[in-house]
Amino acid sequence: MEILVCVKRVPDTSENEIELNGAGNDIDRDDLVYSVNEWDNYAVEEALQIVDKVGGGVTVISVGDDESEEVLRREMAMGADKGILLSDDAFEETDGRGIAAVLKAAVDKGNYDLILTGAQADDGAAQVGGMLAAMMDVPFASLVNTIEVDGDKLKIGREIEGGNQEMHEISMPCVLSIQTGINEPRYVGIRGIRKVASVEIPTMGAADLGVDAAAVAARVKRADYFLPDLGEGAEILEGDTDEIIEKLIELLKAKGGLK
Amino acid sequence: MEPALLSPAAYKFFHIPTALFALLIPLAGTAAFAYIMKRRIDPLLKAAPDNRFDQPLARIWRVLKIWLAQWRQPRYMMAGVIHIFIFAGFLVLSIRSTSLVFMGFWEEFTFPGFGGTFGHIYNVFKDFAATWVLIACVIAAIRRGIFRPERYAVPARYGKDHTGEAVFVLALISTLMISESLFEASLAAAQIQQLQTAEFVAPGTLAWLFRNMLLDAPIAKLQSMHITAYFIHDLTFFFFLCFLPLGKHFHVITSLFNVFFMRLERGNIKPVRHGVTDEQLDDLESFGVKKFEDFTWKHMLDFYTCADCGRCSDNCPANAVKRPLSPRFISIKGRDYMFANFPLGGKDVVKDKDYQLIGDIYHPDEIWSCTTCGACEQECPLGIEYIDKIVDLRRGMVDEGNVPQSLQKPLRALEKRGNPWGKMEKKRGAWVKEIAEDAPVKLIEKGESADVLYFVDSISSYDDRMQGIAQATARILAKAGIDFGVLGKLEKDSGNEVRRFGEEMLFQDLKAQNTDAILEAGVKRIVTADPHAYNALRKDYDNLPPVDHISQVICQEVEAGRLSLTAANGDGKVYTYHDPCYLGRHNQIYEDPRRVLDAIPGLSRVEMSRSRDRSFCCGGGGLMLFYEPEEEQRMGVLRVEMAAKAGANVIVTACPFCLVNIEDAIKVAGLEGRMEAIDLSELVVQHLAA
Repeated sequence: MEILVCVKRVPDTSENEIELNGAGNDIDRDDLVYSVNEWDNYAVEEALQIVDKVGGGVTVISVGDDESEEVLRREMAMGADKGILLSDDAFEETDGRGIAAVLKAAVDKGNYDLILTGAQADDGAAQVGGMLAAMMDVPFASLVNTIEVDGDKLKIGREIEGGNQEMHEISMPCVLSIQTGINEPRYVGIRGIRKVASVEIPTMGAADLGVDAAAVAARVKRADYFLPDLGEGAEILEGDTDEIIEKLIELLKAKGGLK
Repeated sequence: MEPALLSPAAYKFFHIPTALFALLIPLAGTAAFAYIMKRRIDPLLKAAPDNRFDQPLARIWRVLKIWLAQWRQPRYMMAGVIHIFIFAGFLVLSIRSTSLVFMGFWEEFTFPGFGGTFGHIYNVFKDFAATWVLIACVIAAIRRGIFRPERYAVPARYGKDHTGEAVFVLALISTLMISESLFEASLAAAQIQQLQTAEFVAPGTLAWLFRNMLLDAPIAKLQSMHITAYFIHDLTFFFFLCFLPLGKHFHVITSLFNVFFMRLERGNIKPVRHGVTDEQLDDLESFGVKKFEDFTWKHMLDFYTCADCGRCSDNCPANAVKRPLSPRFISIKGRDYMFANFPLGGKDVVKDKDYQLIGDIYHPDEIWSCTTCGACEQECPLGIEYIDKIVDLRRGMVDEGNVPQSLQKPLRALEKRGNPWGKMEKKRGAWVKEIAEDAPVKLIEKGESADVLYFVDSISSYDDRMQGIAQATARILAKAGIDFGVLGKLEKDSGNEVRRFGEEMLFQDLKAQNTDAILEAGVKRIVTADPHAYNALRKDYDNLPPVDHISQVICQEVEAGRLSLTAANGDGKVYTYHDPCYLGRHNQIYEDPRRVLDAIPGLSRVEMSRSRDRSFCCGGGGLMLFYEPEEEQRMGVLRVEMAAKAGANVIVTACPFCLVNIEDAIKVAGLEGRMEAIDLSELVVQHLAA
């Protein structure tokens, strides 16, 4: 089975202190560290486990600038066979639909049975997977948390709000967006990354893909970016951990939550 | 003069000279033994290399102390003393037993030097030896078979109990002692009956007892007893020799070699592969132990040598809190694997290429459970090592991507930010601001220079509570008039646990960055308050200026009169000192912190029963803080209970990880208000004279 996994390079929210920049139109990116979007990492692990069982190959693909090569390499160190970077000035300021259109063009260049995306990205809007499936006119399932291969069909499980589980049958080719927790992604050490450091990663631009820059231009544009003001009734406790706990206990007592 | 009895060399059994049997038994026994040993050595020849031929004098010293003098045995007094008696008896009687073998076909045989007066003295001595060995065997058998000390128990998941084998071997040894004494006693009795000069038999010995019992026995009976005793001894001797390599008594043969080749240094970690430099690591196909042949030959010898005494597991904190690790079974499972896969009869078992030890005989949780505290190695009377094996198995798992999710996050953060929490590099030196007025700290990241570098390491740099240790350390250094600075954002995690958790390449990265920053800073000396950093900088880094732990610095400064400490009179507290593993066992700093405590006038101090090299790990440092083990309780809770039992209400330690674990444990144990924990540096700051 040939599997394509779409991955994205994002600021690592667990290892950064996210603050707004001076101009107030984006986050301050000076001291940020980046990594592969967490959901995408689960998707790659799932693809590798499927291929381990039924054979085939895993390709990882990313739309981004040169630095996205780093996350492609990390996923190749995990075991993905190939990486493809889709990079062009025309892709830079685009929106979810534009990304999906770029990916669609790349998918058409290959021959994939299954396409996986993360359910969402830390800095995204959880829309690329669905849009890509629609553009390809193939079945789509979101928030997938189990996959079982059954011939040319897949049995998949989806997480439903409230802790319920739903099972589906879906035929390939198809697009699935993967939920975290579907597996336990393997560790990628520095040694693994070094081993794939010199593997060639092909880069494709708009012309290579036959994509018209205008067709992928953003139709949804970011107008503003800010930390919301404190709303009515919200209170942020300050101090060190012990002080915060003490204040919280006092508050709970005062409001009758603790006796 | 006719001999009182015919010797086995002269006797005939139905016209067949018994000398023939006496010749055939050793030939067959030796051949069988040689074959068994060849099969036992086979796997060692396929093993990874290990450099154990360095420092011969230090190695001979270990042999004299740990093997010959049985130095570690009395740490378990009863078992230890019994063992010393049996071991000493074996040494004495090995000469007698060997010469008996020759005497069966060569009547006049004596070892050179044993013919004259010395031989007579030796004979008396060996009679006593045989007697005390028999008594020791009886006591040991009663102890093993009836009282059954808990540490010999074999939990069901590890297979069957080993008591049968132990008692069987004691019976073999007893048979040797009794037959040797009977052989001697029957001859002496016959000589006395025939009024010949009899060999002197020391009163009170087994041979003396037998001789007196046989004084009235008919000569014919004595003759057959003499020959029978001889052949029982001969057969038992060679059966025992061939039986040794089949089980836990292999240590009788391997211990001498295992102790000679044992780990000389403490706190260090073996290279990924002996003979491969750090620069060549990238060229290695595979890292760590994945299949059995990835173990070094010394580690395989360890498996053979384990006597199953259970002292390692008895001291293992992971075992004490019921984590799925018992070091004893790391060895026994390794030995069982060797016996099964390199069988005496038949060919070596060839595993398929995807075979991995992890998941078969060892399990990931078992291998991640170790805090590398070193209590097992400190205790082992045979010089068996565990830490390097655990680290090698972890290296193998890391290389395969088999790392628990709880450890992946801190490892990634270490790679990206140089600390396991993923905190910003620029905040590493932020703790200095709070003490800027009374104890200004130079920041080398800002281009300042100093004589001494205070290497803070991650936890004391970033953790709100542990910054207290960093600040106390800075105050002490300032008070002592030492010109010091910190690296700030140029400092990365020392990587002590990164290496010990098997992520060698990440460790190499951190080491390279720290080494550059430290050498660039041009300091003459390094001080740290974190024993894990202390250990890494001393044992894992190269070519750095000398490194001291803050407890050593305080001790020197106090004793030189440059720091004076105010009295603790009337604080009503009872202090106890908890030895951090990486300060104590791994670096042998036991006295300096105690001398500092005793330099505080009026401070009342008690010792826990487990202290110094038997200290009990608090729960582990570095990445171990992130690991989520299966366990029934926390190591720290056990430790806090030990302190309470010793009558202390303040636990002083000298390691930020110990402080984290012990402070948490005090809360978990519900001892808040009755027990407190403090770092040595913080306590000293409280007592710094104005």
